[in-house]
Amino acid sequence: MSELLGIDDVSVHFPAAGGRVVRAVEQVSLSIAAGETLALVGESGSGKSTLGFAVAGLQAPTSGGLRFEGVPLTASTWPAARRKIQIVFQDPFGALDPRMPISSIIAEPLLIQRIGTAESRRARAAELVAQVGLPRDALNRYPHEFSGGQRQRIAIARALSPAPRLIVADEPLSALDVSIQSQVLNLMKEVQETHALSYLFISHDLAVVNHLVDRVAVLYLGRLVEVADRAALFAAPAHHYTRALLDAVPRIGRRRARHGGTIKGEMPSPLNPPSGCVFHTRCPRAEALCGAEVPVLRALSDVQSVACHFPLGSE
Amino acid sequence: MSEFADVAIGVWTLRWRRFRRHRTGMASLFILGVLVAFVLAAFPLQYFMGIDPDVTDLFARFDPPSAQHLLGMDEAGRDVLIRLMIGGQISLLVGVLATLVGGIIGVLVGVAAGYFGGRLDGVLMRFTDGMIALPLLPLLIVLGAIDLTKLGFSSDFAHSGAAGFWRIVVIISIVDWTAIARLVRAATLQIRERDYVRAARASGGSALYMMGTHILPNIATPIIVSFTLTVGRVILFESVLSFLGFGVVPPTPSWGNMLNNAQELVTTAPALAVYPGLLIFVTVIAVNFLGDGLQHAFDPRSERTP
Repeated sequence: MSELLGIDDVSVHFPAAGGRVVRAVEQVSLSIAAGETLALVGESGSGKSTLGFAVAGLQAPTSGGLRFEGVPLTASTWPAARRKIQIVFQDPFGALDPRMPISSIIAEPLLIQRIGTAESRRARAAELVAQVGLPRDALNRYPHEFSGGQRQRIAIARALSPAPRLIVADEPLSALDVSIQSQVLNLMKEVQETHALSYLFISHDLAVVNHLVDRVAVLYLGRLVEVADRAALFAAPAHHYTRALLDAVPRIGRRRARHGGTIKGEMPSPLNPPSGCVFHTRCPRAEALCGAEVPVLRALSDVQSVACHFPLGSE
Repeated sequence: MSEFADVAIGVWTLRWRRFRRHRTGMASLFILGVLVAFVLAAFPLQYFMGIDPDVTDLFARFDPPSAQHLLGMDEAGRDVLIRLMIGGQISLLVGVLATLVGGIIGVLVGVAAGYFGGRLDGVLMRFTDGMIALPLLPLLIVLGAIDLTKLGFSSDFAHSGAAGFWRIVVIISIVDWTAIARLVRAATLQIRERDYVRAARASGGSALYMMGTHILPNIATPIIVSFTLTVGRVILFESVLSFLGFGVVPPTPSWGNMLNNAQELVTTAPALAVYPGLLIFVTVIAVNFLGDGLQHAFDPRSERTP
C-alpha cells in the first residue's frame, strides 16, 4: 500500500511556567497508508491528541515534519492539504456551532476552501445528511435539536464534505452512550469503504480499536512505545505498557488475567520525564539499563516494532 | 417545518424568518419606522405651513394647541410640534450614529484583542484601560473646546450646526466604546477555543472568517443588549453635552435639550416635558424590543420547536 501520511520524527513542545518545557510529543515517526486505519492509543496525557492536532494542522510541530501524498507539508503546501485532512472531535456538543444550521455546518469546509457554488454546496450537504443516516429535514435545523450520536454523525458529514483522504478522529466515540457508539462506529466503517478514507483514530478504548483499525500505535508520555498490526498486538503485545493496557480492558465473564500485576501509579509529568526509558518507573521488568539508556524503536517482525530493552516474548 | 424542509436555506434567511416571528420585535421595527416618518415630516411641515422652528413670538408663549400649531407653543413662543420633529432628527441620528460608531469600534477592538491574544491583546486592553481611567467631564470639555478650524476644517463648517452634530457623535463614540470592547473581548475568549472554531481552522478558515462566521454570531447576545442600552443612554447624554455648551446648542432643538429646558417649567407647562419625554421613552422601549427580536433571530435555541 502506498503511503498517504508520513510523520517524521515529530516533536511538539509547549513552553511552561519558569522556562520549562512540556514535551507533549517526542520524536514520533509513523506512517498511514491509503485506506488504512491507524489507532493512536494511550492514557490521558500521553500526547495522542496533540499528535492528532499536529496531523490536522492545528498544532505546528516543534521539530520534525509531516508528509502528505509524498509532499512535505510546509506553509505553502498546507492550504491545499487542508481539504484532504479533516478532523472529528470528541465532544459532539462543542464541535458544532450552536448558531449555524446543519446545512451550513456540513458545507463549511467547502465554503472555506471556496469549492463549488452556494447551490452545489447545499446540494452536497443534502447528499451527506442522507449518507450519514440523518433525516433530510435536518438541514435547516440547529445542533441543539439533535442528540449526541446524531451530532457526531453531523460532525462526520462535515468532515466528509470536501472529499478528504484522511480523517483524524479524536476519541469520536468516548462521549457517546455505549449503544450509540456501535452505530457511529459502523457508520465510520461504512463511509471508509465508500469514500476510500484513511483514519487516524485516537482512542483509549481498546475494544473499539479492535473493531475498527488495521494497525495500532501505542504512545506513552509522548513517546511511541509500540507499533504493530492489530492482530499481532492483541495476540502478543511486545511492550510491557501495551500488555498492561490490554490487561486493563474489562471483560464480562472472564477473570482478569494478571501478568505480573497491572502497572501502578500515575504517568509521570511530561515536564520532567524519567531518564532512559520513560516507562521504567512503572515497568514490572525494569532493570538498571532501562533508567540509563533510551530504547530505540526496532522491528521485531514485519508487522511489529517496539521500543523496549526487554520486550515480552523474547526471553 | 415548511414543505421545503429538505432544501437547505441560507443562514440569513433563517435568521430573518425567526425575526419575523418575534412579534414585539416586528412591532418595534414598525414603531421606529413611524418615528422616523414623524421626524421627517418636519420638511413638508416647514415647507407647506411655513413654520420655522427657531422663530420666537413672545406674544404666543405657552399658547394652547390650535389648527396652525397642533401642539401649541413653548416658553419662547415657538411651535412645539416642529421642534419635536427637528429635535427628533437630531436625537435619533445622534443616538443611532454614536451607538454604531462607538459600538463598532468597541466590537472591533474587543474581537481583535480576544481572538489574537498575546501582545496585541495587551496593547489594546491597556489602551482601553487608559481610556476608562480618564475622567469624563474634563475630557468632554477638552474635546468640546477643540477648534475645528485648527484641524483644517473651513470656518463656515466649524461654526455650522452640522459641525456641532458631528462633534457630538465623535465625542460620544470616543468615550463610549470601552465598555463594549471589554465585554466583547471576554466573550470572544470563551468562544475562540471551541471545537467548532478549531474545525474551521483545520479546514483553513482565515481569522476574518472565524470572527465573522463563528465568533460574532455566538456573542451577538451581549453585543445587542449593550447596543440597545446605549441608544437610550446616548440620547440623554447628548442633552448633557448640550447643557455643557457643545454639540447641539440651543436654539437648535433636540429631545434631550427640550426635556432639560422643560424641567423648570414642569409645574406651569407640563406638556413641554411630557412630549419629548414620551418620545424618548417610546424610542428606548422600541429599541430594546428590537434588540430582543434580533437576539431571537440570532439564537436558534430561543425558539420553541413546534
